[in-house]
Amino acid sequence: MDITPATAAPPPLGAAPAPAGQKATTRPGDRIFLALSRGSGILLLVIMAAIAVFLTVRATNALSHNEGNFFTTFEWSANSTPPVFGIAVLAFGTVVSSLIAMLIAVPVAIGIALFISHYAPRKLSTPLSYVIDLLAAVPSIVYGLWGALFLVPHLGGLYSWLNDYFGWTGIFEYHDGAARSLFTIGILLAIMILPIVTSVSREVFLQAPKMHEEAALALGATRWEVIRMSVLPFGRSGVISASMLGLGRALGETMAVATVLSPSFEIGKSLLDPGGGTFAQNIASSFKESGEIGKDALIASGLVLFVLTLLVNGAARLIIARRKEYTA
Amino acid sequence: MSGVTMNEQLVADGAPQAVSGLYQPRLPRWAPAALALGAAVVAIAIGLGAGLGSRVQWGLLAGVLYVAATFVVAARVEGRRQAKDRLATSLVWVCFLIAVVPLVSLMWETIARGIKVLDGNFLSHSMAGVLTIQPGGGVYHAIIGTLEQVGIATVIAAPIGLLTAIYLVEYGRGRLAKAVTFFVDVMTGIPSIVAGLFVLSFWILMMDNGYSGFAGSMALAILMMPVVVRSTEEMLKLVPNELREASLALGVPKWRTILKVVLPTAIGGIATGVMLAVARIAGESAPIVLLVFGSQLINNNPFEGAQSSLPYYIYEQWAAGNEASYDRAWAAALVLIAFVMILNLVARGIARWKAPRGGRS
Repeated sequence: MDITPATAAPPPLGAAPAPAGQKATTRPGDRIFLALSRGSGILLLVIMAAIAVFLTVRATNALSHNEGNFFTTFEWSANSTPPVFGIAVLAFGTVVSSLIAMLIAVPVAIGIALFISHYAPRKLSTPLSYVIDLLAAVPSIVYGLWGALFLVPHLGGLYSWLNDYFGWTGIFEYHDGAARSLFTIGILLAIMILPIVTSVSREVFLQAPKMHEEAALALGATRWEVIRMSVLPFGRSGVISASMLGLGRALGETMAVATVLSPSFEIGKSLLDPGGGTFAQNIASSFKESGEIGKDALIASGLVLFVLTLLVNGAARLIIARRKEYTA
Repeated sequence: MSGVTMNEQLVADGAPQAVSGLYQPRLPRWAPAALALGAAVVAIAIGLGAGLGSRVQWGLLAGVLYVAATFVVAARVEGRRQAKDRLATSLVWVCFLIAVVPLVSLMWETIARGIKVLDGNFLSHSMAGVLTIQPGGGVYHAIIGTLEQVGIATVIAAPIGLLTAIYLVEYGRGRLAKAVTFFVDVMTGIPSIVAGLFVLSFWILMMDNGYSGFAGSMALAILMMPVVVRSTEEMLKLVPNELREASLALGVPKWRTILKVVLPTAIGGIATGVMLAVARIAGESAPIVLLVFGSQLINNNPFEGAQSSLPYYIYEQWAAGNEASYDRAWAAALVLIAFVMILNLVARGIARWKAPRGGRS
């Protein structure tokens, strides 16, 4: 671990002119600079560790006061005495809304990525990828505002129709009212993660070996056959990690969910009726009314969210890293 | 490269149904457009006829009709393989349109509704003494808050991020560098609310400081660091090694090589990366809710007392739930989007203008 640039680790391309056997003198400027830059790297690791430690400390404080079961209680009364709270509803809402978002966003994102990389006229594809990148910059609170004031009123009709034809399944039951439900959240999250999933998938599709594509074309394949046989297999792991990055975003999205969802602490059978909650939304909406224990309880639920996103993002990064080694 | 031309001249692969000579029958070039138009007309007719209330359904109906019609027509005229190809093409187009519609609608709504109350008065006044149900008031205090919080976050995060990237590219070997790389990646995915909770637990709950703009800045800095590291790293990797070698061969110390040769070469890309990171954190509202607390008044001191910020202001005005406050929320959203988009465009302009040339790829 402890390496000086001149001996154990020559600078990139072995440019250090240290003759064999003679130890190069390190200048004080070099030492200070190395210490500074390595220090910042270490600082980043320390921050990550500190996040885990501080959240855990506060969370254990809350859990020691909790009268309910943290994982199975369907209630969030962290401010009453004795405090009773559990994350069952939040975990359900977070996972379900993120999964709905993935189900909608991933196929569409693959479609757009293919459109940009293989279907769109070249003149169109550059500005398009530009626009997609810009859309990733729209702040989540703006998505939330649009979702609450535009999307929700427009989804009522669709939900009634779903209720008429698929209401018998139970999950598509809908009773009139504002469509501020988990399914709406799923749709909104899908729109929000679309840009990131698209841009990562597009990068991977563009890297597909041109020779394979041309070989397939020369054999008389149609464009779809080219994509199915040479582009999609090449891009599979890239698309998987792109979707997991999107999933990470969806799991932790706060303000858009907090503005659109009308929360309740029960798990309803229907996805279309208002109710439910997510980790991040619950933290943002109930923070201001929380006392000491209440805040610690919210931190405990935040810790669960932290671990969840850590796992998802870590897995996505490992897949990307494996793929890099494989192709390089 | 797209293979359209090759495809169109493709000799039918000995297909028995080839009608005349060597060529398989093809749909005319205008067929997809005509089918799309037809599908849209039929969908609207069905929508009107069956009294479907929401326009979302009309669009979905048109999409389904278009895909199905393309497949059926192509299958009858061109054969199964070509039909599959057409099916994929039409699906990809429909995907693209599905994605464009909400995004265009988002932009349109924000601009159309935001422009209503956006004027000089709105930009230069705070909400002091304005009831939420009254029209009037403005975002001045929120703009001040956003600029100060984002500025402080940048001052904290940019140097740390820059130095970390230098470490990774110029010095980084071994396990420490690997660990830093991995955790920078993971850190990119930390939800903003978790960063907020972290600062809350150690700065406000444990060290007993009050709510302030600075607390928010620290959370924003945590979110900003990994983004800066990532983009700076990419840029430093683009600097040609010949430059480093030439400088080192002249006997210039490594740290001066980095400061005087490597960084100036990559400065355009680094500036772009930092500005994109600023644009990203400028729209964060979750940590602000936890740490800055929000205020109706102008507070110029980010180190003491509650402040507001643009994203928080939007949330607050939305929560107030009446026409006047909705108008203000839309107008603030327009200001925020304009700010973020201008940052993005300027950043990309710098990237194009200052792009390192002749680097190894």
